[in-house]
Amino acid sequence: MSPDDLLYTKEHEWIRVSDNVGTVGITLFATKELGEVVYIELPKVGDTFKTGDAFGNVESVKAVSELFLPVTGEVTAVNEDLGNAPETLNEDPYNKGWLIEIRMKDPSETSDLMSAEEYDEYTKSEE
Amino acid sequence: MLTSHCIFEGGSLSENKRTALFAVHKRMGARLIPFGGWEMPVEYGGIAKEHAAVRSSAGLFDVSHMGEFEVRGPDALALIQRVTCNDAAQIEDGQAQYSALPYPEGTVVDDLLIYRHNAEHFLLVVNAGNIDKDFEWISTNNSFNARVENISDRISLLALQGPKALEILQKFTNTPLAPIQYYHFARGKVLEADAIISRTGYTGEDGFEIYFSPEHSESIWNAILETGAPHGVLPVGLGARNTLRLEAKLLLYGNDMDQTTSLLEAGLGWIVKLDKTAFVGREALLGQKQEGLKRKLIGFEMLSRDIAREHYPAFVNGTEVGHVTSGSPSITLKKNIGLAYLPAEHSAIGSTFQVSVRGRMCDAQVVRTPFYKRR
Repeated sequence: MSPDDLLYTKEHEWIRVSDNVGTVGITLFATKELGEVVYIELPKVGDTFKTGDAFGNVESVKAVSELFLPVTGEVTAVNEDLGNAPETLNEDPYNKGWLIEIRMKDPSETSDLMSAEEYDEYTKSEE
Repeated sequence: MLTSHCIFEGGSLSENKRTALFAVHKRMGARLIPFGGWEMPVEYGGIAKEHAAVRSSAGLFDVSHMGEFEVRGPDALALIQRVTCNDAAQIEDGQAQYSALPYPEGTVVDDLLIYRHNAEHFLLVVNAGNIDKDFEWISTNNSFNARVENISDRISLLALQGPKALEILQKFTNTPLAPIQYYHFARGKVLEADAIISRTGYTGEDGFEIYFSPEHSESIWNAILETGAPHGVLPVGLGARNTLRLEAKLLLYGNDMDQTTSLLEAGLGWIVKLDKTAFVGREALLGQKQEGLKRKLIGFEMLSRDIAREHYPAFVNGTEVGHVTSGSPSITLKKNIGLAYLPAEHSAIGSTFQVSVRGRMCDAQVVRTPFYKRR
């Protein structure tokens, strides 16, 4: 069961919403698909993105995956600890493995995202 | 998250063939992916762990997707000499040889292993994705009376690779393994199976490849893993097979060479014996040698933390001059390495160039290969 305080995208990102700030990461399902993460490319604080924009890349030994942002907004924090410890993404994808924090322009955009229950159902059909 | 530039891309799983060990892989929790028309394990419990096991202990690979052809008859050697570029007349009974099938242009139909049972009986081992193409190519060129038979469906192939491979495998066979020299083989029993036990591999380590009838697959697989587990032996998927072979600069057909690259450009001049009897592609390869090569497959290290992947373009002074054919983190060396085609004038050891990593220019340097050599 995925954490039920998060919202999920079909591309396997999660977002934790608190007022107008969203914390974004990728799901356990995604990290299992990738295998060991070896390199993470993230944006800078102050960069702005629209819903659906690619905001970075995650690389495993065998593949590179593009990351998509589920909301519009400005990056307010980046998880710098991942630079020297990309494996954190595999070990703790929902907490220490967070990727970026974003100030959302329109928090109502999250209404299109999946709940934990819906996401679990969705990944079951992808397997 | 959208995955691209995966080293393994292919069609849907349902169209793919399965080896005799498919159910075993599934039960062990392997991630299965389409590869060369087969549904194969890419990893069981992490590519890095599996890679390290092969370097420090041993790893067991199911590579039964590989193709096997038998060539028999008084003209067997004549046919092999005609279609391959290495000199198969130089190997003795019980010896194996790395070789390739050239096109008339000197480009590559496939690379392969040739095993000589005796003067009138050879075994050819080819890449899974090329089985039909190779069989047709060899048959088309069989103006001799050699009998060529595709026995791929009747052969399972396991590879046990790593410093502990000999010790572990010896527990399951009475055939003395230590006397088998590198690129030689013996015929003997492994458990109940009549097997070819070959001291060859695709990892840069000592080890063996074992050919036998598929019904013995599960018993041999399980026995090796159970006995090997306390020694650190792991099952290894295609993911680590790729990172291992790249560190050892063993080429991968379809990435590092194919029908568009010449054997000489690919650095396989050492298996092109222009002074043996006439063979398909000889004239073209001789011409290329006399004229000099315009481009070469080189090994490189990234000077930044970025990872170059296959198909990424290579630049010198802002001009696109070539492309990456294989690229990956090197798990043993903790660097990002790869192979690329570059113009000959930029291919010297120490030369620098750039790889465009999703639009960003990242510095790389030509280095000596193999990247990794066992002690």
